[in-house]
Amino acid sequence: MIRFNNVSKSYPTSTAPALEGLTFHIGRGEFVFLTGHSGAGKSTILKLMHAEEPPTSGDVRVSGFAIGKLRRDEVPRLRRRLGIVFQDFRLLEDRTAAENIAFALEVTGARSDTIPTRVARVLDQVGLSSKLDAFPRELSGGEQQRVAIARALVNDPPVLLADEPTGNLDERATQGVFQLLRDINDTGTVVLMATHDLDLVRQAGKRILELRDGRLVFDSAGDQVEAR
Amino acid sequence: MKLLWREALLAFRRTRTLSILSVTTIAFALFVTGLFGLVAINLRQAIGSVEERVEVVAFVLRGTPSQSLVVAIEDISAFPEVSEVRYVSEDDALDRAREELVEFRDAYDDLQINPLPPSLEIRLNAGYRNAPSVADVAERLRGFAFVEEVRYGRDWVEQLDRLRNLAGLIGLSIGLAFALVSVVIIGITIRITVLQRAREIVIMRLVGATDWFIRGPFLLEGAIKGLLGGILAFLLCAAVFMVYRSQGFGLGIGLTFFEPVHAVAFLAFGILIGFFGSLVSVGRHLRKV
Repeated sequence: MIRFNNVSKSYPTSTAPALEGLTFHIGRGEFVFLTGHSGAGKSTILKLMHAEEPPTSGDVRVSGFAIGKLRRDEVPRLRRRLGIVFQDFRLLEDRTAAENIAFALEVTGARSDTIPTRVARVLDQVGLSSKLDAFPRELSGGEQQRVAIARALVNDPPVLLADEPTGNLDERATQGVFQLLRDINDTGTVVLMATHDLDLVRQAGKRILELRDGRLVFDSAGDQVEAR
Repeated sequence: MKLLWREALLAFRRTRTLSILSVTTIAFALFVTGLFGLVAINLRQAIGSVEERVEVVAFVLRGTPSQSLVVAIEDISAFPEVSEVRYVSEDDALDRAREELVEFRDAYDDLQINPLPPSLEIRLNAGYRNAPSVADVAERLRGFAFVEEVRYGRDWVEQLDRLRNLAGLIGLSIGLAFALVSVVIIGITIRITVLQRAREIVIMRLVGATDWFIRGPFLLEGAIKGLLGGILAFLLCAAVFMVYRSQGFGLGIGLTFFEPVHAVAFLAFGILIGFFGSLVSVGRHLRKV
């Protein structure tokens, strides 16, 4: 589903590369943690995956799209095949939970008569059926993140990218969101979660990719371990 | 389509103060342009009414047979420049002189013979009431054997030409300058709207919206603002016009307002700058995100 082959990324404003010589592969149905300190390159990897940035060199493939060669008008097609979740939720403040989710369907040109059922289905999946008409400010952090996850899921993407999704949440909400991501993974969706919550990573027993200064220093799957 | 309208109107409602500000800014920019347009229209009209009086007079030798005159009048009427040829006989000329120059009425009564020659008065079509055309027509009239002299107030026609060119040039440059200023101001207000909604644009792109999907509501919103601004500016122009006409100021008489085609062009201009202002602002923003 996701393949990085000798990928590097540098920014003109910085001398040190953000990513250097990254090679790994994530297959169907996997749940993978992306760990490392702040600035290690976790967010950069996610940005490459949803084509917010092109790689400086190397080959990035996500859901069959070659990111480096993607034209601007092809980016929306890629993003409709990805669910993306952020630490800061990125919900539209002036729309209800249901409207935020429906919005993701509307932009893809989904038939309007199918939208309410699909929205209700994902809200049920994230356990927020009762909060349909609530605005983001009326929801707790954990609930807002669930709405964001529901929005990411509503187009049935094969891959879900989560950038520190529990970074702003308390322990209880973190557990809830994490369990939700596992449930989603159980249905066959690839989940890639960037986090520096090591407790969560340890208890989960899932594959771990660890970054340090833009290099991959550990892969618990064992097939791509570089010198530590 | 329904979605497009919903998003555009939603944007309008959510940023009410900013929207009102944009509409007012557009309105004032268009208002100034419109006022200038009014001045230009009236100036042109004034010049036009003066122009209508541009006339070439060919004095005819006494005793020219009327047969030759009839043929000549037909020939002259066929000139492309000429709209009307009128024959003024000696008696007509004298009658007119008596009416117009009352002071000399007694003197005319004492005349044994009529000193005034017969003449042909030639009016020109619009578009030929300028110095070169008038001179050209005069030159051809001199070619007729029975024409004794041709008069047309050369200096006056040349001055009119200069006035018209000057008015046209000033009109064009000031009009263009104001139109440019309006476009820039409108571009800035729309840019503020776009920046205010930058977060929303980022989210739209994240969930897979195409650039045109993102642009659509902005363009519609810009066009609506342009239309509203245009209507407001038009009403302001009408109000100013009304005040001027009722107050008079010694020039109120004969002032003309926009014709329907101008009004439509005015609103269309508002819509267009709203639309293109949005297109540029959103386009520039989208290239960055």
